[in-house]
Amino acid sequence: MPPVLEVSHLSTHIQLTKTVVQAVGDVSFHLDAGETLGLVGESGCGKSMTGLSIMGLLPNGGHVVGGSIKLEGRELVGMPGAELRSIRGNDVAMIFQDSASSLNPTKTVGDQVAEPVMLHRGAGRKEAHDRAVEVLTLVGIPRPKERLGDYPHQLSGGLRQRVMIAIALSCDPKVLIADEPTTALDVTIQAQILALLDDLKTQLGMSVLLVTHDMGVVAGRADRVNVMYAGRVVETAATDELFHSMHHPYTQGLLASIPRLDQDNRRRLYSIPGAPPDLTSPPPGCRYAPRCPYADEKCQAEEPTLVEGGPDFTRNGAGGSAPGHAFACWHPVAGPVVLEAGEDQGGSEGPGQGDALLEVDHVVKEFPVTAGAILQRKVGAVKAVSGVSVRVGRGEIYGLVGESGCGKTTLGKVIVGLETPSAGKVRLLGRDVFAARGRELRKARRDLQMMFQDPYSSLDPRMRVGSILREPLAIQGVGTRQEQDRIIADMLREVGLPANATERYPHEFSGGQRQRIGLARALTLEPKVVVADEPVSALDVSIRSQVLNLMRRLQRAHGQSYVVISHDLAVVKYLSDRIGVMYLGKLVEEGSGDDIYHRAAHPYTAALIDTIPLPDPGKERAKTEVGIRGELPSPINPPSGCRFRTRCPRAEQRCADEEPQLAAFGAGHVAACHFPLQEPLEVASAGRGASGHAGSS
Amino acid sequence: MTIPEHQVRPDVEDRPEGDFALVQTALAPNGGAASGAGAVAEGGEVQVLASGWRLALRSFLENRLAVVGVVVVVLMVLFCFVGPLFYHGNYLVANPIFANQAPGAGHPLGTDPNGFDVLAQIMHGGQASLEVGFFAAVIATVIGTIWGAMAGLAGGIVDGIMMRFVDVLLSIPFLFVVLILAQKYGASIVDMSIVLGVFSWLVPSRLVRGEVLTLRVRDFVSAANVMGASRARVAFRHLIPNALSVVIVNVTFQVADAILALAFLGFLGFGLQYPHIDWGDMLSGAETALQNGYWWQVYPVGAALVIVVMAINFIGDALRDAMDVRLRRR
Repeated sequence: MPPVLEVSHLSTHIQLTKTVVQAVGDVSFHLDAGETLGLVGESGCGKSMTGLSIMGLLPNGGHVVGGSIKLEGRELVGMPGAELRSIRGNDVAMIFQDSASSLNPTKTVGDQVAEPVMLHRGAGRKEAHDRAVEVLTLVGIPRPKERLGDYPHQLSGGLRQRVMIAIALSCDPKVLIADEPTTALDVTIQAQILALLDDLKTQLGMSVLLVTHDMGVVAGRADRVNVMYAGRVVETAATDELFHSMHHPYTQGLLASIPRLDQDNRRRLYSIPGAPPDLTSPPPGCRYAPRCPYADEKCQAEEPTLVEGGPDFTRNGAGGSAPGHAFACWHPVAGPVVLEAGEDQGGSEGPGQGDALLEVDHVVKEFPVTAGAILQRKVGAVKAVSGVSVRVGRGEIYGLVGESGCGKTTLGKVIVGLETPSAGKVRLLGRDVFAARGRELRKARRDLQMMFQDPYSSLDPRMRVGSILREPLAIQGVGTRQEQDRIIADMLREVGLPANATERYPHEFSGGQRQRIGLARALTLEPKVVVADEPVSALDVSIRSQVLNLMRRLQRAHGQSYVVISHDLAVVKYLSDRIGVMYLGKLVEEGSGDDIYHRAAHPYTAALIDTIPLPDPGKERAKTEVGIRGELPSPINPPSGCRFRTRCPRAEQRCADEEPQLAAFGAGHVAACHFPLQEPLEVASAGRGASGHAGSS
Repeated sequence: MTIPEHQVRPDVEDRPEGDFALVQTALAPNGGAASGAGAVAEGGEVQVLASGWRLALRSFLENRLAVVGVVVVVLMVLFCFVGPLFYHGNYLVANPIFANQAPGAGHPLGTDPNGFDVLAQIMHGGQASLEVGFFAAVIATVIGTIWGAMAGLAGGIVDGIMMRFVDVLLSIPFLFVVLILAQKYGASIVDMSIVLGVFSWLVPSRLVRGEVLTLRVRDFVSAANVMGASRARVAFRHLIPNALSVVIVNVTFQVADAILALAFLGFLGFGLQYPHIDWGDMLSGAETALQNGYWWQVYPVGAALVIVVMAINFIGDALRDAMDVRLRRR
């Protein structure tokens, strides 16, 4: 059977003012009927541009310069606009990453789903709306008839993404291009959407091109995977084959640098050095050579082609690779990195024993919701954090996880004093830090510093890096100018940046480098506690492991306490000694990484672990449950009793009536649940005697 | 091997020897780009790009209309301020004998009903128009920036009161008030600039306040707060430098607006008073002049006015595009 979609030697360039970005170079692949093909790679590797080339939706200056794209034998490259329009949205449909900006805010959901049906099928309004109800049912939107008249802003992120999928499906496309369909969603919702896509594919017999940066997402969903690097496909194979016996060093490095839940966190993460090349002037030989540990002169000089069995038949023709496994490398590797046991990086010697450095004591933070433009009556409150207590020991890394909207970032801001708590206290060494005023407060702030999520907005674009790093010292009046210069130079060396960085502006740095600067800025004052809010979530996989390793190394070297906030349990587990799981403003479980991962007591924690896509096809396919159903309730009106009960499979009447207290499940392991997954040690003595257990561990 | 620093694009070009050794160790299975000296380049080198202002300048110069605008404005300034040194037409002493002469020898652009030389009038009127435009814009921008930054920074009820005050002033018909004031105080260039400037700071103040409000919640401001920075430091080190681009763009539009406002006042007869002259004055008799067929009294000065305002607006548009990072192409 001929493939539905065949792309051969596709090259796409983007014309900038003076230079040309060679976004996609000589990419060939095919998509069979009913197949899911994964297209993975880091940002800027050309994966989205490949998808957009197929759709004929390239950005300004972008054009296909060579190759062909055949849809069921019809050539799409060079097809006149009108004809292409009749195919786009009809035979080939696309789902975009950001449903908030991809839906038209001024049109109802019903009109938007019906639009392609009226355009392509020539259906009348009534007919098209009937079809809309049909597809909205298909994508699992509850009460679709009532949703037809809703506007996109009335729907949650997960529902909006379902609407996007419904629009794409409305004309029964043969090929669905899903460009990072779940990246903007929470893990719990991501699992639901991925399961839905899989379901629909089998039901409707579509072919899916799944474009993503997340190896975990393709592991369980794709039949075959193409790995792209710097505009080229560097390796393509069946999913299992690719994950278990990859031959390209980039695939190997990419997989190895993802922090895993089942990983021993005393070991350094594998990391790929450097950053992807600038595609306006790609390196002459193999594009991965500058970052590759196996590269030699041949790699620098001659570019390997993507050939089944590898480009160098004489040496590895009989390498035993499966049919259909092609890769472009002169020095192929055999399978994943073997992680040797026992090599740790200084080890954690059970820090934070006994004395609590930072105490967060029953902190409540509510943001008023007001109505009326002038009088601003208070009509309610967003209960962002509702009575959370946390103790962080000296030299301890405390991780906070939870879905977006669970209040973890707000709690972080309360700790560093960016928000004042509505009730409760933050104590550092027993002293209420933010009770001080004026000069005292300024001095107190020195001990609590923050590292921000977005590397693009956390550095003042109009300041040189030297001034950015000097600022905390200048504000706190530390040292003379020479001493400050010395501290800045030391700090830059520690975070692995060249000394000439001081003269440069932030926009000249890559995202990973900016996070290094952000970390250096947080550390220059030698604070006692550093709050890191999603420190790596804006970074690419290969850069992420570099920054994680750096954070861990510096923490070991300086012995500060960290509070690491992230939605990614794997990141938190890698960095932290102890983990707190938050749900809708409440701390639902707390314990060591192993407690949380192996002995989760709260159903929410267990479900959260289940929903994380693992970069392992076997484990990922073995999952049968979707994890958590439904979406996060509104924090303005949280459910009574246990806040998780609306989504909990174990919920009973008692959960609605009575709020569960934290109960101990082991040394330093507490959870708040009436029907826990583990046997509690004793009947809850209520409150927070629990953290005391940490001391005796 | 030494590569000049500014040429090093680490991703693209070959690495120095030391670096390469590091790459080897960094990829050992335990990923050991450990500590010490080896960590120096761990984060990679810095790509040396042009500074933000230089990028803005480049983007500005790539805009043809902007370059045309700058050339026109420069030529017009030379024409108005240097021109009179070489061309001594009569623009001060009324001389009915030469009234309404068509362009010809001695009077390249003819004369007006008072016998003044039109070319000399355009030069001197242009001086007044450009000066008033510039001063009024500066006055408006300074007041507006300070007011807007204060409101945006203070927030809450102070912000509410300050901005409602702006709303109230905006609802008073601008030209109506200026007409009255101009008649009373608008005799000289400085007076007229103050009158116009004091009544056109409202829009810049709103712009600056909006900019400060969005900057205030950016992470780098939070970072400064976490360090314990004072309000003044946040304002002067972070907020104002970042709001500057908006202000600069606005200045150009303010200049154009002020020139037009002055022309409008002059046309109605409320402009600068003798011996000062502005382009609006010269147009005040346009209707009769055209009825009588004295086109040279209307079209040259009208053209000068339109060209200057358009050129300044071109510059403003281009500046806005150049300063806006989102619109900037690489």
